[in-house]
Amino acid sequence: MGLRTLLNARSPLAAPARQREVLAALPLARTFGQAAAAAGHGPLRAAGVHVLQINVGRRCNQACRHCHVDAGPDRTEVMTDAVVEACLHLLETSEIPTLDVTGGAPELHPRFREIVRRARAAGRHVIDRCNLTITQLPNYADLPAFLAEHQVEIVASLPSFAARLTDTQRGDGVFEASIAALCRLNALGYGVEGSGLLLNLVTNPVGAFLPAPQASLEADWRRELKRRFGVSFTRLFTITNMPISRYLEFLEASGNLQGYMEKLVAAFNPAAVSGLMCRTTLSVGWDGRLYDCDFNQMIDLAVDGAAPQTVFDAERLAAPGDPALTARRIAVGPHCFGCTAGAGSSCGGAIAS
Amino acid sequence: MYYHAKDLAHFPDMGKEAPELWQKFSEWYAAVFKEGALTEREKALIALAVAHAVQCPYCIDAYTTASLEKGSTPEQMTEAVHVAAAIRGGSSLVHGVQMRNHIDKLSM
Repeated sequence: MGLRTLLNARSPLAAPARQREVLAALPLARTFGQAAAAAGHGPLRAAGVHVLQINVGRRCNQACRHCHVDAGPDRTEVMTDAVVEACLHLLETSEIPTLDVTGGAPELHPRFREIVRRARAAGRHVIDRCNLTITQLPNYADLPAFLAEHQVEIVASLPSFAARLTDTQRGDGVFEASIAALCRLNALGYGVEGSGLLLNLVTNPVGAFLPAPQASLEADWRRELKRRFGVSFTRLFTITNMPISRYLEFLEASGNLQGYMEKLVAAFNPAAVSGLMCRTTLSVGWDGRLYDCDFNQMIDLAVDGAAPQTVFDAERLAAPGDPALTARRIAVGPHCFGCTAGAGSSCGGAIAS
Repeated sequence: MYYHAKDLAHFPDMGKEAPELWQKFSEWYAAVFKEGALTEREKALIALAVAHAVQCPYCIDAYTTASLEKGSTPEQMTEAVHVAAAIRGGSSLVHGVQMRNHIDKLSM
């Protein structure tokens, strides 16, 4: 599909430390810590662990221009068996209600289906962050039926109902394959009212601007996807692009970095802070290290030093209500303004109305 | 005539010599663009079209961004610019009637 990873292109931004340096060097009106404190969250702290988000690897059959993971076909990082076991053990021995599986294309992980089966057997809600096109590959044709059988919530990326915009961000041919995948999911009951099978779509702006209000976009999407392709879905999530990895590269190369960051800072919404996903998420990397969110994971910003550092610290992770984990201080940086701009942004879409 | 995009940020400087007028303009302007019988997205598209008709680079930058952030697509925005262009072109052409009237008056 023609797009390259930063790693493959030998870009300096492939190094997380370089990304942190670039962001830290930008002159901004205030730090995220100052903004959060002014909103009554100084310092920003976790409020429990409601979601275990595991990034099972950076391999992907796509290489989208905005990808904060720098995922792609050439990436080799895959969650090891030991980490998978530790994550499942944590789920099976804790009260964390939701497992959120992301990547890369998480379904490429050789144990993806086992992870789903065991998490469901433990009574956990499971979310698959699906790029849709994976279901169109020959070896994955039965994936939609598997997901339906296990009642997995699908959160699928589709930046636009216009083919050109989607293909611009995600690669040539992605739109057509995505629509085919959505039709197949609809046929299984996904996104169909009353089926209980959740099919949520995610749209990110295709460029250096903020997403439109979620509710008004959702109405447009529902109308246009039904009219043009007969496709239905459950909810539309708007997500702000984060200045990390390939989107950071785009911002730099297009001369939009300073302006975009100023826009995020100016659009800081105090009402979005309490609902930030990092406050209720524990993010696990392919190697077992722990982070406050997937974005922090990609720039190597680890959890607070007083908290468990890896998923192998089973005893401390399973201890109910250990404040070193459940009320840990969240690691923040300039990128965090991406989650508080305007209506706010999270893995579940807008935060504040 | 020259324009610098960064100068748009200095628009509020217009309030330095006439603060009361600036205050009234700002309040009125904000009220105009609030959701009403028209949505914010529709108002941003109208503003984008008018910006082209009056050829204001600051307004074009501002309402291109605003239209995108209200959820308009580049296709919809381009059609809005064509509407502005058609009215500008049509308004020139319709003055041909004035010309024809005068031709008729002067001609045998």
